[in-house]
Amino acid sequence: MTLPLLLVMTLGHAAGAVGALVARSGPGARGVATAGAIVGSGAGLVLGLDTLIRGTPFQLEIPQLLAVAGGVSLRLDRLSAFFVLVVEVVAIPSALFGGAYSRAWEGTPSLRPLGAMLNLFLLALSLVPFADNIVTFLLLWEAMSVASYFLVLTDSDQRETRQAGLWYLAMAHGGLVLLMAAFLLLGASAASTGFADLRTAAAALPGHTRNAVFVLVLLGFGSKAGLVPLHVWLPLAHPAAPSHVSALMSGVMIKMGVYGLLRFTLDLLGGGPPWWGGVILAVGAVSALLGVLYALMEHDLKRLLAYHSVENVGIIFLGVGAGLMFRSYGLMPLAAVGLVAGLYHTLNHACFKGLLFLGSGAVVHATHTRNMEELGGLIKRMPRTAFCFLVGAAAISGLPPLNGFVSEWLVFQALLGGPTLPRPELGLIMAFAVGMLALTSGLAAACFVKAFGITFLAMPRSDHAAAAREVPLAMQLGMGALALACLCLGVGPSLVVPTLGTAVAGLGGLPAGLLTEMPRLALEVPGTAGVIAPAVLAAGLCLVPLAILAAFRLGSVDRRLRVSDTWGCGRIGQTPRMEYTATAFAEPLRRVFAELYRPTEDLSIDFHPESKYFVQSIAYRSEVIPWFERLLYAPVVAFLRRTAFRVRWVQAGSLHLYLLYMILALVVLLLVSRWTS
Amino acid sequence: MRYLVSLGEVVLALLLAPGLAGLIRWMKARLQNRRGAPFWQPYLELRKLFGKEVVVSSNASWLFRAAPFVIFASAVAATALVPVLAAPMVFDTMGDLLVLVYLLLLGTFCLALAGLDPGSAFGGMGASREVTVAALAEPTVALAVFALALSAGSTNLGRIVVATLTDPARAVSPGHLLAFAALFVVTLAETGRLPVDNPATHLELTMIHEAMVLEYSGRYLALVEWAASIKLLIFFALLGNLFVPWGVARALTLESLLVSLGSFLLKLLVLAATVAVLETRVAKLRLFRVPELLSVSFVLALLAVSSSFLLR
Amino acid sequence: MSLLAKILKVGLVTEPLEPGDASAVELVRQLEERTRKLLGRAVAIREVDAGSCNGCELEISGLTGPVYDSERFGVHFVASPRHADLLLVTGPVTRNMEVPLRKTYEATPDPKLVVAVGDCARTCGVFRGSYAVAGSVDQIVPVDVFVPGCPPEPADILRGILAALDRLSALPARR
Repeated sequence: MTLPLLLVMTLGHAAGAVGALVARSGPGARGVATAGAIVGSGAGLVLGLDTLIRGTPFQLEIPQLLAVAGGVSLRLDRLSAFFVLVVEVVAIPSALFGGAYSRAWEGTPSLRPLGAMLNLFLLALSLVPFADNIVTFLLLWEAMSVASYFLVLTDSDQRETRQAGLWYLAMAHGGLVLLMAAFLLLGASAASTGFADLRTAAAALPGHTRNAVFVLVLLGFGSKAGLVPLHVWLPLAHPAAPSHVSALMSGVMIKMGVYGLLRFTLDLLGGGPPWWGGVILAVGAVSALLGVLYALMEHDLKRLLAYHSVENVGIIFLGVGAGLMFRSYGLMPLAAVGLVAGLYHTLNHACFKGLLFLGSGAVVHATHTRNMEELGGLIKRMPRTAFCFLVGAAAISGLPPLNGFVSEWLVFQALLGGPTLPRPELGLIMAFAVGMLALTSGLAAACFVKAFGITFLAMPRSDHAAAAREVPLAMQLGMGALALACLCLGVGPSLVVPTLGTAVAGLGGLPAGLLTEMPRLALEVPGTAGVIAPAVLAAGLCLVPLAILAAFRLGSVDRRLRVSDTWGCGRIGQTPRMEYTATAFAEPLRRVFAELYRPTEDLSIDFHPESKYFVQSIAYRSEVIPWFERLLYAPVVAFLRRTAFRVRWVQAGSLHLYLLYMILALVVLLLVSRWTS
Repeated sequence: MRYLVSLGEVVLALLLAPGLAGLIRWMKARLQNRRGAPFWQPYLELRKLFGKEVVVSSNASWLFRAAPFVIFASAVAATALVPVLAAPMVFDTMGDLLVLVYLLLLGTFCLALAGLDPGSAFGGMGASREVTVAALAEPTVALAVFALALSAGSTNLGRIVVATLTDPARAVSPGHLLAFAALFVVTLAETGRLPVDNPATHLELTMIHEAMVLEYSGRYLALVEWAASIKLLIFFALLGNLFVPWGVARALTLESLLVSLGSFLLKLLVLAATVAVLETRVAKLRLFRVPELLSVSFVLALLAVSSSFLLR
Repeated sequence: MSLLAKILKVGLVTEPLEPGDASAVELVRQLEERTRKLLGRAVAIREVDAGSCNGCELEISGLTGPVYDSERFGVHFVASPRHADLLLVTGPVTRNMEVPLRKTYEATPDPKLVVAVGDCARTCGVFRGSYAVAGSVDQIVPVDVFVPGCPPEPADILRGILAALDRLSALPARR
């Protein structure tokens, strides 16, 4: 059953990719690419669900393929299956959305590569969790990065897109180098590069080697996941890509960093000392808070969402870090809560971030701008998009009864278990993390009031926004499916959590049977004794308004309604310029966190030459200083440039010289191998 | 029977809420040497608003009309989680203190969006300020929850009340006292009382809550205002029944419920008097000084948690 | 503490509202029964200065003070006409305030009342005939009650508001 599905998945994507390149017409290319993506992802979805629920691992060895590097080896256990599921849950709606959305590229040379690369990207994404030896993993990992790099470059005629692509490629490969170093350390004493052999070998490694591997893995996967300060590529690359690709990159691809971290630290290394968890916890807390703080200052809808990905990855790492810390003290039930919270948030974030990126894509499709200051009033022009975006906004803000709330609640519960740790200072760190998480979710709610309120409500602030029309049905369906997923994951955690409990069982010595039993409709956490019943809560939230409406009908309530102008203290006429802007909305928080933002302000007023009581124009410009780019990356980039300048003479363009380099390299290698053997 | 009592508690809390707001208003009037409106004045105002026509801005969308219902529903759902007379309640397993906090955040979220919907500058200003204050108050609430959960071993309100009732010494532990102080400051911020927001202001530029509801009228305004007073009652009930749980009925006999009702009203009275005196005594803070107040409350909550740790 | 001691020492300063001169209030429009029933004891006022010299405003602000304390009758001021039941309009309506006054009237949900305060509101007073004046209040919006005086005393304004609710006869009984 599993092998045919795997074949369908691979062939579907392959057919989609090839079909997109050879199809006769533009619409044909889009259709074939979409169909291939949906068939392939559909097969992947069934595959992931089947393995996740039944739990029979699937194994496939193809030693003939790439025999020199140990062959290709695939394995699907419950943890991998969960991540495959995460991929496909977003992939299908995104592909559906993308089919209609990519019409904008019809007639440009980007259309066919977009469809082909999308399929390759999806294939690589769904296969990464399958990898069961280092070579397979690295190959798929690189395929994923490269395919997404090309997708980012869809609009490569724009300068900032090319720049974003360069940043992305550099960060991805920096991460890859770190990962390779980690794998070399890990695999040095192993019998083969298969994960099973690595697992056995890792147990025998000395402590400092294990620590080195952990740090390298954390940095390598952290750069993919977008942890602060390795997050700089996210707000550049995600907005530059087409929106359905952004949904996949932000919703799913960065989660592969989470998968990699879990697979290597928890599974292969089998967990480590408490400070591993502590570092992950700290990095997670910082990422969550800084991510949302920078998102607040962002008025480009897609950049804002990209910063929120940094925030949510931080929340995921809070759960994972707490889980690892509990595990190293042997508190297995709480460890399971933390890890399950992290995984649940991974799935939830995939759903609502996918939804929000698709929503922003719909906005871009209808208005051709991502600048919130030029939007507004879209709720009347695109009611369905607005509704879906609202669901996503409420979910990401952690509002009940949607999914973001449930997983944040689980993270809270895991952190609230802090006092059971034998050392009080660790408990205090967890308490601090609780405060950070609460602040983060409060600020996220503030940010999404801004994002939804300024983009969709009130009056349109530009002609583009005023002329917006609802997007095609396929795009609506894509968003609707994810909105539905957000609701279902929010009210049905008593079904989801036990499944996730089985997925983490056995990893790093976690015993089976943790969190696998849940009361019906409710979610009860062992260890902290917190109980919630989101389904009952949701029912209550639906029933009360109905009851009020019924009471209105029965009681002597005046039900007249009159439409009039907005009250503006009697002013005559209202223009969009009188509305609150996104900048103004975020101003109080910019002042509160001025120490962090260091905003620069530039105000120039052009007076009338006769009198300064008459102002001709006012120009106001304010920017937030991007600390990380300036303090951390600017020196690195400068160093690279200097070095590149210096070694430029090496590349002289002379064929003879290049032949000499090769011979020299060969000789050195021969000498080295001779010497070591 | 249990279900009936729990439902009764919710209805009682909903009915008491406007009176509580009226009581504070009356006390403040007396402190200003005025005769003041009687405490049942808010009921008359609600009745009047339910009988009036609604005027909606032409810019507003369906969200503006749906928001009051969601706001009210979230307040009702939050009320169901609060132990008013008896503990534990049947709704205790529906959600814990964190759910309550996020339900109130849901209300704030909807109200802020409704403030932005008509496109007036006032609404945007109020929404911006409200979410700022709410976001900055959030960590304090979470840490106060942490401190309570630490000593009670659960985040569910009913269990916290029962735990404190079985071991009364907890109520005077430094952790509890500090958490109480922290939550009191948050109560002032979240329910729009002085020194954070002035509930009696008429000046748009100083408004937070009022600025968001400027566009509401008639039955929608009634729902929003009622929900605001429910929020006040919820916070008072938390302060009263979580930290000073004496009087809360543990058995469902008539006399214990009556005692519980009496003690609950007494607690409300004391808290209302405190707020009234405070509002007479202090001036409104500048908006950009509010974060300082909230960071004080955050430090209090952090101290509460750490003292609970060290004195365990 | 000294503040609280002072509050205690001073005690209530609110003066009872005595029935005043009938001519202090001029009822021009018959009120619906429904309005009377609905707004019985809860009246929200939005004040509109349509061009007054601010003499009337000075007196109106006395209403919220401790001496006249309109709140004891459930009469209070609100920030938005959307919340209001009664518009308290002062001054001759200037050209600039004509549209805003109309808009305020439109923005107020039914049932609603208009009380015009001061001589200017009724006759335009000394401003009559000025090029800047659009007319008296009743030429712009329907007025229910006029409160004459230049400026009228706070007690008269309060009587006017209560008269609009047709509760003048019930006043002496209330203390």
